[in-house]
Amino acid sequence: MHIVVCIKQVPDSAQIRVHPVTNTIMRQGVPTIINPYDLFALEEAMRLRDEFGGRVTVLCMGPPMAEDALRRALGLGADQAVLITDRRFAGSDTLATSFALATALETLGKEHPIDIVFTGKQTIDGDTAQVGPGIACRLELNQLTYVAAIDSLDKAKGEIVARRRAEGGVQVLKSKLPCLITMLEGANTLRRGSVQDMLRAARAKVTVWSAEDAGVGDLLKCGLRGSPTVVKKVFAPQPREEPAEMVAVEGKTPAQIGDAILDLVFARQPKLEAELTA
Amino acid sequence: MAEHFDAIVVGAGPSGNAAAYTMAKAGLSVLQIDRGEYPGSKNVQGAILYADALERVIPDFREDAPLERHVVEQRMWFLDETSHTGAHYRSDDFNEAKPNRYTILRAPFDKWFSSKVREAGAILICETTVTELVKDARGRVIGVLTDREGGAIYADIVVLGEGVNGLIGQRAGLRPELKPAHVALAVKETHFLPEETVRERFNLQGEEDGVVIEVFGGVSSGMVGTGFLYTNRESISIGVGCLISDFAETRIPPYELLDRFKAHPSVAPLLKGSEMKEYVAHLIPEGGYNAIPRLTGDGWAIIGDAGQFVNAVHREGSNLAMTTGRLVGETVVQLKAEGKPCTDANLKLYRDKLAGSFVMKDLKKYRKVPALLEKNKHLLTAYPNAMSQALQSMLRVDGASKREKEGQALAALKKNRGSWAGVATDMFKLARAWR
Ligand SMILES: Cc1cc2nc3c(=O)[nH]c(=O)nc-3n(C[C@H](O)[C@H](O)[C@H](O)COP(=O)(O)OP(=O)(O)OC[C@H]3O[C@@H](n4cnc5c(N)ncnc54)[C@H](O)[C@@H]3O)c2cc1C
Repeated sequence: MHIVVCIKQVPDSAQIRVHPVTNTIMRQGVPTIINPYDLFALEEAMRLRDEFGGRVTVLCMGPPMAEDALRRALGLGADQAVLITDRRFAGSDTLATSFALATALETLGKEHPIDIVFTGKQTIDGDTAQVGPGIACRLELNQLTYVAAIDSLDKAKGEIVARRRAEGGVQVLKSKLPCLITMLEGANTLRRGSVQDMLRAARAKVTVWSAEDAGVGDLLKCGLRGSPTVVKKVFAPQPREEPAEMVAVEGKTPAQIGDAILDLVFARQPKLEAELTA
Repeated sequence: MAEHFDAIVVGAGPSGNAAAYTMAKAGLSVLQIDRGEYPGSKNVQGAILYADALERVIPDFREDAPLERHVVEQRMWFLDETSHTGAHYRSDDFNEAKPNRYTILRAPFDKWFSSKVREAGAILICETTVTELVKDARGRVIGVLTDREGGAIYADIVVLGEGVNGLIGQRAGLRPELKPAHVALAVKETHFLPEETVRERFNLQGEEDGVVIEVFGGVSSGMVGTGFLYTNRESISIGVGCLISDFAETRIPPYELLDRFKAHPSVAPLLKGSEMKEYVAHLIPEGGYNAIPRLTGDGWAIIGDAGQFVNAVHREGSNLAMTTGRLVGETVVQLKAEGKPCTDANLKLYRDKLAGSFVMKDLKKYRKVPALLEKNKHLLTAYPNAMSQALQSMLRVDGASKREKEGQALAALKKNRGSWAGVATDMFKLARAWR
């Protein structure tokens, strides 16, 4: 099996600052991490590899420093890493990104046909959840989005059964391979690579592809030019005007504290009380 | 097959980086291990970078190292409750082509240093904690175990640049446990301000000019300790540190001490309107010369904070760390070239290099200071208080004659210290400790 996991390097949103004067996001000095949702995809991919054999490739589009993210993924146990990086990709929105990634996947697949493409549910810096489905559309793959668990995989038949979270319930879906899966958070627990994984990752050469290497022909579909999305305004949300209310807890039992909090909630949301106690 | 390297360096702080860089640059196979998420992620420093020590490792570091400002002005403040007495030294000579001191932020700086180490050919693995040293039947150190699966990794020498806690060395019985009177706990905050505000507030002309304020006296509430305030490009680092033993005795919470410092009328206006981003706490070894543990053995050597290499009097640490790291690196390179093993006897070369360097000479010079301050805590409050009372009475024009004022100043000195004999003894002790 050849499984490819698309990962993105993102700023650690817990450490982002908004400039006190200009209200713009200050990325400078903010550490980068692998998009947390992608790690669930990576772990799931490695589990399938460990059970059914084959290899896991991690693929990333980003600036040269995104190599750190790929090396980290290798240290977690991925087998191979490919970075597509090109100035002409700069400014890509989700449309242009999924175009570039889909093309690179096609190129990768020529060497070793791909059975499953994984992505995270969404990124924490864009929150669109569009890139996975975008890739699936372009490559004409079945897309299983918001997958919470993979129930089974039949290699001989080329079928996979997955559980996806849907509004109001859980859907169990069967798909033929190849397909694209976007993984939900909490689907699994990320492993720690062994010392050997870490040494291999530290020594590994990350394959770096330019647009041409990745097989991207139509540069008009890339970067800023291939991105119709327009950001109209960026702003820091105003803090809520309503101040938080404090509940004094000293000398009260947990039950009394609970009642006091509920009273406050119901006082503000009378409808809720009617619904809950009906 | 088990992995084997010429050297394993534990820690990617200034000491470990200098050691790994020196050895890798000379062609040795070097593995560096750090427990942080990335180099620098766990590291805390004020921070002033002393160029000389780094220059001796990476001569052209100014080309791409992330430096904040170079220091053109040094202030020394003695605080009491409401005032400060200070000396400022500013010189245009500090605007030289190759400035001597810089303010830095440790996280980006350590990352940069580490990228140089890797470019030199060392292998770095992060998020990996060394848990134990592996010894052979004769007790020689031959490798390390980590908190990851996959067993031991071996090397001809393990260099311990693991920082102040030195747990690995301690666990392996190579060094004793730290004493509370030999370590300070420092708390530090980074406050962000627009670049122009920083320059205006500190009267900085050049874009990269910076100011350093070292603070003594009331800032430590009677404990052995100091405060500091450094200007970065668009932030201010402010912190205070005191001996652990004193914190334990006075039960003053460290963050409260820092809050008091920040609220001091001389300090608050400098921070006004800033956004606090980072709060960190870290230990500083301050035992000085007499607290330095055994530094080498068969297959191991200690560098940096792990070896108590901090000059608390002059607030120097990272430069001693880099220097000890470089010296151990040079030693191992030399031994390898001569085909000699890294035995304790052969590592005497490192100890000799140290003895001949400023590191040991400075620490030796001030060897009496830690004990002096620990036993004479009043030195840090009595004199600053007396000084500010004297100055205040001198400057106030209130009908009292100048002679009366002089009398008041002397009386303040006596009152703060208790007796004239006390003052005389203090002067004698101080002179001896600084000799
Ligand atoms: C608040 C504060 C202000 C300071 N200001 C200054 C200043 O202005 N100028 C100055 O020169 N010095 C200053 N110092 C001192 C300076 O920070 C230290 O002397 C210096 O960092 C020591 O370097 P090191 O490499 O020995 O240790 P560290 O920088 O502490 O690095 C040790 C490294 O080892 C890693 N490590 C530890 N144990 C393990 C393990 N078991 N396995 C794997 N990795 C491990 C840690 O993650 C860390 O990265 C200051 C210190 C503090 C706390």
